Amino acid sequence: MIRTLARVYQGLVFLLLYLPIAVLVAFSFNDSRSSLTWRGFTTDWYVKLIEDGDLLVAAGNSAVVALLAATCATVIGTLTALALYRYRFRGKTMAEGLVFVLIMAPEIVMGISLLILFVALGMGLGFTTVLLAHVTFCLPFVTVTVLARLNGFDRHLVEAAQDLGASELQTVARVILPMAAPALAVGWLLSFTLSLDDVIITTFVAGPDYELLPLKLYSMVRRGVTPEINALSTVLFVLTLIVAGLAQRLLRHH
Amino acid sequence: MAERPIVAARGEARDLRGEGGGFRRVAIGTTWFWLLLFALAPNLLVVAVSLLERGEREFVRVAFSVGSYVRLLDPLYAGVFWSSFRLAAIATIVCLLIAYPFALAVARAPLRWRPALLALVVIPFWTSSLVRTYAIVILIKTEGLLNAGLLALGLVDEPIEILYTELAVLIGFVYTELPFMVLPLYAAMEKLDWRLVEAARDLGAGAWAVLWRVLVPLTLPGIIAGSMLVFLPALGMFYVADVLGGAKELLIGNLIRDQFLSARDWPFGAAASVVVTLLMAALIGVYALSQRRLGSRGAA
Repeated sequence: MIRTLARVYQGLVFLLLYLPIAVLVAFSFNDSRSSLTWRGFTTDWYVKLIEDGDLLVAAGNSAVVALLAATCATVIGTLTALALYRYRFRGKTMAEGLVFVLIMAPEIVMGISLLILFVALGMGLGFTTVLLAHVTFCLPFVTVTVLARLNGFDRHLVEAAQDLGASELQTVARVILPMAAPALAVGWLLSFTLSLDDVIITTFVAGPDYELLPLKLYSMVRRGVTPEINALSTVLFVLTLIVAGLAQRLLRHH
Repeated sequence: MAERPIVAARGEARDLRGEGGGFRRVAIGTTWFWLLLFALAPNLLVVAVSLLERGEREFVRVAFSVGSYVRLLDPLYAGVFWSSFRLAAIATIVCLLIAYPFALAVARAPLRWRPALLALVVIPFWTSSLVRTYAIVILIKTEGLLNAGLLALGLVDEPIEILYTELAVLIGFVYTELPFMVLPLYAAMEKLDWRLVEAARDLGAGAWAVLWRVLVPLTLPGIIAGSMLVFLPALGMFYVADVLGGAKELLIGNLIRDQFLSARDWPFGAAASVVVTLLMAALIGVYALSQRRLGSRGAA
């Protein structure tokens, strides 16, 4: 009895989670501007997306930023994780505290604080400021993911490498990094989606002339419901599915 | 570097100062550079700006003033803080009530189903909140699917207006934040020693007693972590209030955003942001304290 109830409830919550997305995806293929009645299958709205020049520019900019931000965040976030894992240095507790601040700080607070920083440094808002901001909010997720993996290791392997005469760089490159690789990949994937989806921080640091996909989507959504937005949202959702699927595989198999 | 001396003494490590020392310097140097410049400095600047005066042509005038903080006490702005906290708190409670039995069901599902169920839980977590907010608009707008369903079932005579109300914002928060409540709860329940529940049952505890005196205390870290993950972001998500609440719902996130992007009153926006940060820091402090207390109880 209770078991059946639990399953029914579980199904209901999954329905709650997925029904809105399913409706959104379904109506992106509807051959009608009104999103209530079904008038037959079409891919017109996707064709419209590809023909929208501004949208393609925004998508291109977002792809470049997401690829670069994810890569930089993975490199710097991993260096931070290695520094915190391997070395004792002055102010280490404070460095850990600052990583925690980056994780817990509400996005809006981080957005305005980075805006103030960039203006104080006299930087014009655009590609560079967006990239720096995205690296900054992705970085702690990489650090935490990699650190969790490193802490799960057998420390003896590292000691063995050094007893066998490996230099510090060799130990990191040949022993630690290969073991941490899945965490690096998951950190990169997470950073890529975070960068691609971010609205709040990007709103503050992009400036008026630099078009990005989430900002473009936001301004479209504010104007009302259209099948083009459904199509764009569907594309983003499918991309997310692929990235999340890859991450799950990496986490399960290693 | 405790493990190095033996190797160094034997002289087997090549280039210990150059290569190894170099890598150490690069790792620690990069870490400090990024954290000081992009985590510490911006937050100090926000505090500094909040204590300056609004500028005419420049964003701020370099003159000390607590005027922005005084303005926050105005009932209009205090009201914005109150309604934001109230809405975020209700969203957190609703998420908890929906997610707790759900996470329990997933954690107790047959082992072979669990990876698939977990994947289904994780996917919304990775999906853009803006896309999911928009999906809610489609569902609840006047000529949307929800109203079509209610009309067809004869539950209402005319479409109900949910979009652009406080209820719509609440639904938006609950829907976008639910995965962030489910995951920590599931993590806490997966680690749970279920023999404790069986023991309580064997000793004659009823369903309520098992829930309140065994399950809830044992999963408390998950409950607190999930609540923080829902409550804190809900304060700043200005697009949920914009898209689902129309222009009617003014929340802290919208207030701060407007000071920086349209009203151009940076000190006031910075002061509001400092207050939000302090309130959150207080919450996190309570969380850390409760974790420590739970930890010591567990050890005893």
